[in-house]
Amino acid sequence: METIKLTIDNKEIDVHRGTTIYKAARELGIDIPTLCYMELHDMGIENNPAGCRICVAEVEGRRNLAPTCSTKCEPGMKVKTHSTRVLNARRTVMEFILSDHPKDCLVCSKSGNCELQDMSHRLGIREIPGQEFAATSTYRKDTSPSIIRDLDKCIMCRRCEMMCNEVQTVGALSAVNRGFMATVAPAFEQNLEYSTCTYCGQCVSVCPTGALTEVNHVPQVLRALNDPTKTVVVQTAPAVRVALGEEFGLAPGSIVTGKMTAALRALGFDYVFDTDFAADLTIMEEGTELLDRLTRHLKGDKTARIPILTSCCPGWVNFFEHYFPDLKDVPSTAKSPQQMFGAIAKSYFADKIGINRKDMVVVSIMPCLAKKYECQRDEFSVDGNPDVDYSISTRELANFIKQANIDIKNLHDEEFDAPLGESTGAGVIFGATGGVIEAACRTAYEVYTGKKLERIDFTELRGMEGVRSATIDFNGLPVNIGIAHGLGNARKLLDEVRSGKSQFHAIEVMACPGGCIGGGGQPLHHGNSEIIKARAAAIYAEDRKKPLRKSHENPFIIKLYDEFLGKPGSEKAHHLLHTHYFDKKKKIIVKK
Amino acid sequence: MSKYSMHLLVCGGTGCHAAESDAIVCNLRDELEAKGLLDSVQVILTGCFGFCEKGPIVKVMPDNTFYVQVKPEDAQTIVEEHVIKGRKVNRLLYKDPLTKEAVSDSKHMVFYKKQMRIALRNCGFINPENIDEYIARDGYQALGKVLTEMSPEETIKLVKDSGQRGRGGGGFSTGLKWELARKNVSDEKYVVCNADEGDPGAFMDRSVLEGDPHSVLEAMAICGYSIGASDGLIYIRAEYPLAIERLKIAIGQAREYGLLGDNIFGTGFSFDITLRYGAGAFVCGEETALIHSMEGLRGEPTVKPPFPAESGYRNKPTNVNNVETFASIPAIILKGARWYSSIGTEKSKGTKVFALAGKINNVGLIEVPMGTTLREVIFEIGGGIRNVKKFKGVQTGGPSGGCLTEKHLDTPIDFDNLIAAGSMMGSGAMIVLDEDDCMVSMAKFFLEFTVEESCGKCAPCRIGNKRLHELLGQICEGKGSLADLDRLKNMSLVIKDTSLCGLGQTSPNPVLSMMDNFREEYVAHVTHKKCPAGQCKSLMEYIINLDNCVGCTACARVCPVNAITGERKEVHLINSATCIKCGACMEKCKFDAIYIS
Repeated sequence: METIKLTIDNKEIDVHRGTTIYKAARELGIDIPTLCYMELHDMGIENNPAGCRICVAEVEGRRNLAPTCSTKCEPGMKVKTHSTRVLNARRTVMEFILSDHPKDCLVCSKSGNCELQDMSHRLGIREIPGQEFAATSTYRKDTSPSIIRDLDKCIMCRRCEMMCNEVQTVGALSAVNRGFMATVAPAFEQNLEYSTCTYCGQCVSVCPTGALTEVNHVPQVLRALNDPTKTVVVQTAPAVRVALGEEFGLAPGSIVTGKMTAALRALGFDYVFDTDFAADLTIMEEGTELLDRLTRHLKGDKTARIPILTSCCPGWVNFFEHYFPDLKDVPSTAKSPQQMFGAIAKSYFADKIGINRKDMVVVSIMPCLAKKYECQRDEFSVDGNPDVDYSISTRELANFIKQANIDIKNLHDEEFDAPLGESTGAGVIFGATGGVIEAACRTAYEVYTGKKLERIDFTELRGMEGVRSATIDFNGLPVNIGIAHGLGNARKLLDEVRSGKSQFHAIEVMACPGGCIGGGGQPLHHGNSEIIKARAAAIYAEDRKKPLRKSHENPFIIKLYDEFLGKPGSEKAHHLLHTHYFDKKKKIIVKK
Repeated sequence: MSKYSMHLLVCGGTGCHAAESDAIVCNLRDELEAKGLLDSVQVILTGCFGFCEKGPIVKVMPDNTFYVQVKPEDAQTIVEEHVIKGRKVNRLLYKDPLTKEAVSDSKHMVFYKKQMRIALRNCGFINPENIDEYIARDGYQALGKVLTEMSPEETIKLVKDSGQRGRGGGGFSTGLKWELARKNVSDEKYVVCNADEGDPGAFMDRSVLEGDPHSVLEAMAICGYSIGASDGLIYIRAEYPLAIERLKIAIGQAREYGLLGDNIFGTGFSFDITLRYGAGAFVCGEETALIHSMEGLRGEPTVKPPFPAESGYRNKPTNVNNVETFASIPAIILKGARWYSSIGTEKSKGTKVFALAGKINNVGLIEVPMGTTLREVIFEIGGGIRNVKKFKGVQTGGPSGGCLTEKHLDTPIDFDNLIAAGSMMGSGAMIVLDEDDCMVSMAKFFLEFTVEESCGKCAPCRIGNKRLHELLGQICEGKGSLADLDRLKNMSLVIKDTSLCGLGQTSPNPVLSMMDNFREEYVAHVTHKKCPAGQCKSLMEYIINLDNCVGCTACARVCPVNAITGERKEVHLINSATCIKCGACMEKCKFDAIYIS
């Protein structure tokens, strides 16, 4: 590739043609500030609408300032990133942005983790001229089951829009209105609830300000913990333990399973359990369903729908209910681990400890915002009592721990409670893209072939590529596996299924890029994809540490079937652990 | 046209249309029918004649009689006197404002004398709904010439050599633009006509499309041949229903005649044109925004490069030209590059259409050679300032341009001179201001437009313009300070320097140029809290002259807020704290007892 030479702040550099000034500067160690630009390296995700105009620089011979995020380097270019003209312009533009932003940092949920606040500090803004008569653009607040939109705080960086449209192809958010009132909203400025939103939360995870945040359920959890009549049970998803540490200053990829368990106990939860246990249970049910459908399909049974699609991810479930309702009999009917856990906790476990399900509160700690919606779905409750009462995100848990003065870094590791805390490595890897299908393969292979798996690590199923495929040899039977993370990638595989061209027997889909480790409820990555990769590495490290790494070897799972469920796919299992899907194709509802 | 011995051309431009020119056409036809003359005299509804001030206009051919301010009831007189008896209707003739003499041929009117019509060559001469009339005036000959005698390269060279620069505002060489689009190899390319004219006071493109739609279609086909495109799109705002209607008719007729469609003139070249409607967003005149809008996306600009010539509509090479640019092309092809480049100034060739508006006597549409001075345009063609007021300035280039003053009157108008003077050509709107116009309010007025029309994508334009507008508002209310003038300037410069597209890069121009040229007026607002033009309400005070007031109580009775007190037959007083400065009292007073301080 052709290289070109240019100078930035009097430093010479050679770059490939096509490189932007912003990236060239970064190679020189010059960190040009920007508010809208964001790139998730290696994941093919980039946002550069060139809208914030903070990253501008002076290019010799050019009439106006150049947005470095979207201006390509030219041979011989001379760039100044901090001339007085640039600094004055950057400061003035920042003052403009701040002049139309609420000043309620004291009570904003993003305070301390807000890119706008950081930028204001970095640029040394101490006052905003003309504020006394400056109008602000204000909008109706919108609270959905998972996400709060407070567009007064929107700075039009368009990251959410890019995530929603380009990466997720959900199309719930786009720019509306013009001029001063321009903002990002669902069509007709409707509430998110009436849009095609899947609650994947990717918009929240990239929002630089407090415009998009999760619905906070910590107060409800606190109330439950404070209620002596309630037994409060908590479950924690696999991706939480590899990310929670980041909120306390630990390096990305730190595994804090034991400390998290200790912190949850310290917070006052009566039982600290593990969603990984339910993940093992999911494998038993989903794996059985896969083998059943596959064998029937191979025998020529036309009613056996192949491929089977995983159904653990609630964002993904929402997506196909909105966009592919005609395929709603294709995904596995197995509930997600969160809901399987709730169903078992409020039946088997409640009986075991002799309490009424109404006196039990099940809280889940999830890397996800769609889980908040999922646990509120009608079909996941019994007589109005939900199987999972509250779902809080990794970020909310971190905040809760801080509120409770718990010094998590210095806690001694503790173990999960028995029996719903027991899990295998297969349950752990649910947290990363490819993990569910790998866990399913570990079990399905042994069940189908009756042989012991020699190589537990299906590395061919791992990685960060958006769409991946592999063929696993089930003792002579080649099983074609497809994997997609990010709903846009899922759509590609779904389109193939719809048109009958899919070659896969089983497909795993995770709504969020990277899988649950990149979920909408995780600590914010601020555009650093290395963080997501470090979490993935931690997930597989945790798996390797586990003495048991196949779901069907989990002794408590075996016991649960013996004592309670019978066998996978039994009537009782179906009643408790399976669900059905709905046609949610959107009609336009215009509410005033 | 041959079977008729006489033609009555009635202006069907939007202004005359609104002034019942349709009814004039009906009445003329009825009269002719009654007299049995329908077979020998034809009534044609044409495009704009340009002299909107004096509309509706009826022109009688072949003797070139130019009737102004015709009313539907005048139809009978015109038919009986002029058509039958051959006598001109004196009272409908234009009276020269200086000599007070009637002028019957438009050639001799000052308004037309200095004009040179290339883009508007057919406007007012042909029935825009009849392709035969366009053909009769050499229409589609240029296309024929290009397709049968010239290679695409030769065509591009001719256009390049003519020196024509884009009339949409940017002033980029048309030929060069075509060349770039030609160089980019692709299976599909597009020719786009930008008819999203949207700045206040501009109606040039609209008049061309309403008066001579075929000239644009022909030019687009020529462009298509030159760059290697077979699809043309006209992006036109939906608020131009008459232009749309006439374009539809024109496209239909051109297809019928084989001048659009497959294998034009048997040369194997195929080209067709479709219409795309804009919803009236000013920013969609920016070519990338226009393209996104045509693609069904939000009409907002994106960073260039890539230029449309590389990646435009549907990511294919696309050439976007403005209506007026296209309208001149057939004439350039037929008369040659040398002819066109002999008109105008060194770097700005040809003619330019301007829309004259504001405090000028002859509001209308004119076309003059580049290099004509502002003085000629305003005081000769435009007939000077209305109501014998003093000329104060002229805003050229619409809300993106600047305000030029007395000292610029003798500057020859061309792209570069206007920029050097702190304004720009823009699409060609000229809004003339007189001594009663306040330059702070004026800047605020233009800003109001850009605030409304910003797409909201980039922060300096979205928020900065709003802040500029607010600060100007403060100054108008007497709440500004000298420091605010510095802030105004800094904000303006930063908005220009950092905005993404032409809208934001030029929106502070009115503020900057008005502050520059009328600094003392701005200073008066902030230091003395006075509006020298007497326009800023907050800075006015209505006062009763004690000597003149007779105590008739008329003012007190009309005051909507009861701000005026006083006993009958005694001097009245206005409580300025309550007064809302509506001016009703002053209007009511018969004794000139109320004045503004």
